Amino acid sequence: MRVPFAAGLTADQFVAAFKYVETQRLVAEPVPGISAEPDEQNARYFGIKIDGPHESPFEGGVFRLELFLPEDYPMAPPKVRFLTKIYHPNIDRLGRICLDILKDKWSPALQIRTVLLSVQALLSAPNPDDPLANDVAEQWKTNEPAAIATARQWTRQYATGK
Amino acid sequence: MPKDIISTQIQAIEDVNNIFQIPPSTARILLQFFGWDKERLVERYYDGDQDRLFEEAHIINPHKLPRQDSNTEHKEMTCEICYVDYPRKDMTGLPCNHRFCRHCWVSYLQSKIMDEGTGEKITCPAHQCPIVADEVTISHLLQGHPEIQARYEFFVAKAFVQGNKLVKWCPAPGCENAVRVNTVEARPVKCKCGHAWCFGCQQPTHEPVHCPTLKAWLKKCADDSETANWISANTKECPRCKTTIEKNGGCNHITCRSLNCKYEFCWSCLGAWEPHGASWYNCSRFDEKDSMQARDQHSRSRVSLERYLHYYNRYHNHEQSQKFEQQLFAKVDKKMEEFQQRGMSWIEVQFLKKAVEVLCLCRQTLKYTYVFGFYLRKNNQAVIFEDNQKDLEMAVETLSQYLEQDMDSATGSASSSSSSSSSSSSSSSSSAATTAQATSNPTVLADIKQRVLDKSQYCESRRKVLLDHVQDGYEQGVWEFDAAGN
Repeated sequence: MRVPFAAGLTADQFVAAFKYVETQRLVAEPVPGISAEPDEQNARYFGIKIDGPHESPFEGGVFRLELFLPEDYPMAPPKVRFLTKIYHPNIDRLGRICLDILKDKWSPALQIRTVLLSVQALLSAPNPDDPLANDVAEQWKTNEPAAIATARQWTRQYATGK
Repeated sequence: MPKDIISTQIQAIEDVNNIFQIPPSTARILLQFFGWDKERLVERYYDGDQDRLFEEAHIINPHKLPRQDSNTEHKEMTCEICYVDYPRKDMTGLPCNHRFCRHCWVSYLQSKIMDEGTGEKITCPAHQCPIVADEVTISHLLQGHPEIQARYEFFVAKAFVQGNKLVKWCPAPGCENAVRVNTVEARPVKCKCGHAWCFGCQQPTHEPVHCPTLKAWLKKCADDSETANWISANTKECPRCKTTIEKNGGCNHITCRSLNCKYEFCWSCLGAWEPHGASWYNCSRFDEKDSMQARDQHSRSRVSLERYLHYYNRYHNHEQSQKFEQQLFAKVDKKMEEFQQRGMSWIEVQFLKKAVEVLCLCRQTLKYTYVFGFYLRKNNQAVIFEDNQKDLEMAVETLSQYLEQDMDSATGSASSSSSSSSSSSSSSSSSAATTAQATSNPTVLADIKQRVLDKSQYCESRRKVLLDHVQDGYEQGVWEFDAAGN
């Protein structure tokens, strides 16, 4: 947002207006199984909760994530990270997510909601061929039933009841 | 950015437009996609699936653009990036019809161009839309942002030169020109800045040697294979544990100092010490089979090192001289003024500059003849080549001497500028003395001019003879090369 705007808004005002619109949308058209709460101190920071999708090893769990809008958002992608421990080939120990739209496939026409929907879809369809957590991916490829069992076990242990 | 790069691009785009009747911006993207190879593009265009061609180049077929409905132009629509509503006509979009407001477009371009450093292949900002933004649209959007625009144009020019096999940047430091050729081949070209280089490998012009050979030579000079050669020629290895040993005393009875080895052997024959008995300084067991083998190996690497150094020294020497002779240009400028004060006309003194040019050119060729010679296998033609090389070398040294020393003595300023004339060739003191005596005599100047002219012409012709001979040899396949240069 470093370009001056004809509407007469300063860059900060513009971002605020813009984010208001987007957040309103997020609230007005809630996505089933996803909630986003803006942080009270920092308007760029959101606390996210995603329900584990049906018929996935993560079903029954509620996963907490953090989402941060960098200064050049929406030209640069938001930063998203899992806070809840999860056993998934595309999510590493630190909660970092391997997802193309969060990196080089980012488009400014994407929104927070579409990003979160993609994260939810990633939970339904783990992709061990493009891994971030190598050990998990290895297990997923060589012994899928065992990997799914571990994922269920982790979901019960870390993603329920808190 | 040089104007001729732009005009070359415009020319190519116009040519394509005349054939296809498509918008220039589309033509540019297509040309860029085909590395500015017009023939290949035209071939693909008429030969088969046009839709696939456009899809691969990530553009919409301009003949199939959806018709714009003028009724909707005044309706408001929401920019999908900032969610602000604008009349449709104020939004900008590519032929894919994803439209965004101008502000978002500019921020998007700014982030792509300034932050990510991409100029070509900026796609539509919509998610998963592969359509490439054309130059006209981008330039139009960037009006009022000269900084971004300039950088964008720089990227476009760079992409043009990199994508086009017929154009290359001049490798001279600080030179911003590009040189265009008509066919792709390794041949000497000359940039407007004066730098002469090879279009194939972008090294300075390197006749008579070919690019791959020169590359091998430069690599050989740069890496430390020759250090290994030196070690091999000046040291020996312990026959048992292969530790490298340099002899530092007179006695041939060597005891390996390597911790676990302690092998005792004879430096001279490299056989075990035990059979030598008490003959401490002499070796009578020189003819034993394994010690002979060890020695053969040793002497071979010594010969190969000597051979390399022979060629390298001459190569390096000419390179040094070449550097000094670059400075001659400045010196010769002064000389030309002096000569004019002594009654020669401007046109009459131009011979000096020309002579220095010839000298530099011949010096450069001479330098590379040693690379050629190093890899060349001996045969009858190789002997002729070496004769040519010798001839050219002698002529060049004489010319260099005329220009560096005799010229000084001719104008009587030898002492003042002798520091810069520390050439490798020895001055012929007698001719210097006679010319010094008659400095003011115009006939002496005329005499020098004649000598320089003759010699530089001779150099030029010898250079041509040498290069022609090498070229003929290439064509008739008489040259045999040794990859290792042995």
